[in-house]
Amino acid sequence: MTLARRIIPCLDVAGGRVVKGVNFLDLKDAGDPVELAAKYGREGADELTFLDISASVEERNTTLDIVRRTAEQVFIPLTVGGGIRTTDDVNTLLRAGADKVSINTAAIARPQLINEIADRFGNQVLVLSVDARRAGTTSGYEVTTHGGRTGTDLDALRWIEEAISRGVGEILLNSMDADGTKEGYDLPMLEDVRAMCSVPIIASGGAGKFQDFSDALNSGADALLAASVFHFGEMSIPDVKQYLDSQGFPMRIQRK
Amino acid sequence: MIAILDYGSGNLRSAQRAFESAHSEVIVTSDPDICINADGLVVPGVGAFGACMEQFVAAGAVEILDQRAATELPTLGICVGMQIFFAQGVEKNAHKGLGIWPGEVTQIEAPILPHIGWNTVTPGAGSQLFTGIENERFYFVHSFAATQKIEGAVNSITQYGVEFLAAVETPYFVATQFHPEKSGDAGLKLISNWINGWVTL
Repeated sequence: MTLARRIIPCLDVAGGRVVKGVNFLDLKDAGDPVELAAKYGREGADELTFLDISASVEERNTTLDIVRRTAEQVFIPLTVGGGIRTTDDVNTLLRAGADKVSINTAAIARPQLINEIADRFGNQVLVLSVDARRAGTTSGYEVTTHGGRTGTDLDALRWIEEAISRGVGEILLNSMDADGTKEGYDLPMLEDVRAMCSVPIIASGGAGKFQDFSDALNSGADALLAASVFHFGEMSIPDVKQYLDSQGFPMRIQRK
Repeated sequence: MIAILDYGSGNLRSAQRAFESAHSEVIVTSDPDICINADGLVVPGVGAFGACMEQFVAAGAVEILDQRAATELPTLGICVGMQIFFAQGVEKNAHKGLGIWPGEVTQIEAPILPHIGWNTVTPGAGSQLFTGIENERFYFVHSFAATQKIEGAVNSITQYGVEFLAAVETPYFVATQFHPEKSGDAGLKLISNWINGWVTL
């Protein structure tokens, strides 16, 4: 008996709606994040992630409402990322019903934020989101911001190492080279990060077919995040989990 | 009535709704009188052992549990809320726990920590908490755990690097290292088992 690998659908939200395409026919309102979260919960998602890409404070407040309404009806872990700058931001999200938060840009700008969050809430609430791509830094990978558009010259492996020592509990590793390609997760990068990383890794970016998921697990991922393949119904969560189960990976398979 | 003790830790919203799925009256409160007299008390807990214990003491909750033990009313500890039932925790530094149960809460020995995700539990003999959900997975998120079985209690075990206590059942104090309120349908069933087996006899 072993710990199950996790499948985590990710929803980008802004202004109370799911943004970036979602294409379901069986939902009354495909753009409602709470309804979509509940659907994924019923289908056996092991966790849910909301990424708040709001541009304004007003929009951000609607995200809190989404978190509240989701936490009231979906009894699986919920991670919320986007716009978190302070421990008070974290507290507000946790009180609203989030179980974990993910931070990215704010931690790059001020790494001490990691220590502050971990000291107050424990490292298990804190996911470090790393948008990495190939570059001429020491490890061959650099950290980017603004969805991969801006390089930072920060070496991705050194940054992960530092963030773990400061107290992050998980790494969400998003390959900016693989993101959107649907040609599979970035396996070499996953293996390089796995070799030096003592906390769980959530792989993100590039999922397009069943075998991509098993390849990523074989390369050391503990959990797999995907968005568009689920939103557009190209693959369903139960099908992905059944496939991985048939490949011998420990999975949480829901019984009827 | 079931009271969920609010002493400053994390996400209580899901906990409240999860318990409401099996009981008509559930409140989140820090009021000592309500907590002392509630038919069932839930002690949640996130964060580090020491910080959690500090907040617990500051909220006057030690007295609450003493009173409930004296009046033999049921209490359920979850995650760090379970850990502080033990005599001592050694997260960051050594911290005194409530000492309801003997033994220490120590760091799990495993290559990847925290232990995050859905794991199986081997229910102890005579477990009521796991009735009907013996083969389900539950959601864990922690790096520390108690490993020494409690004499005279039903000890349920999970394996991650080492064997540790996933749940303990005694006549009044029950605790789970995992989060039943985050464990989907299996977790809701466990909550209902606790309510039916301990709270509303």
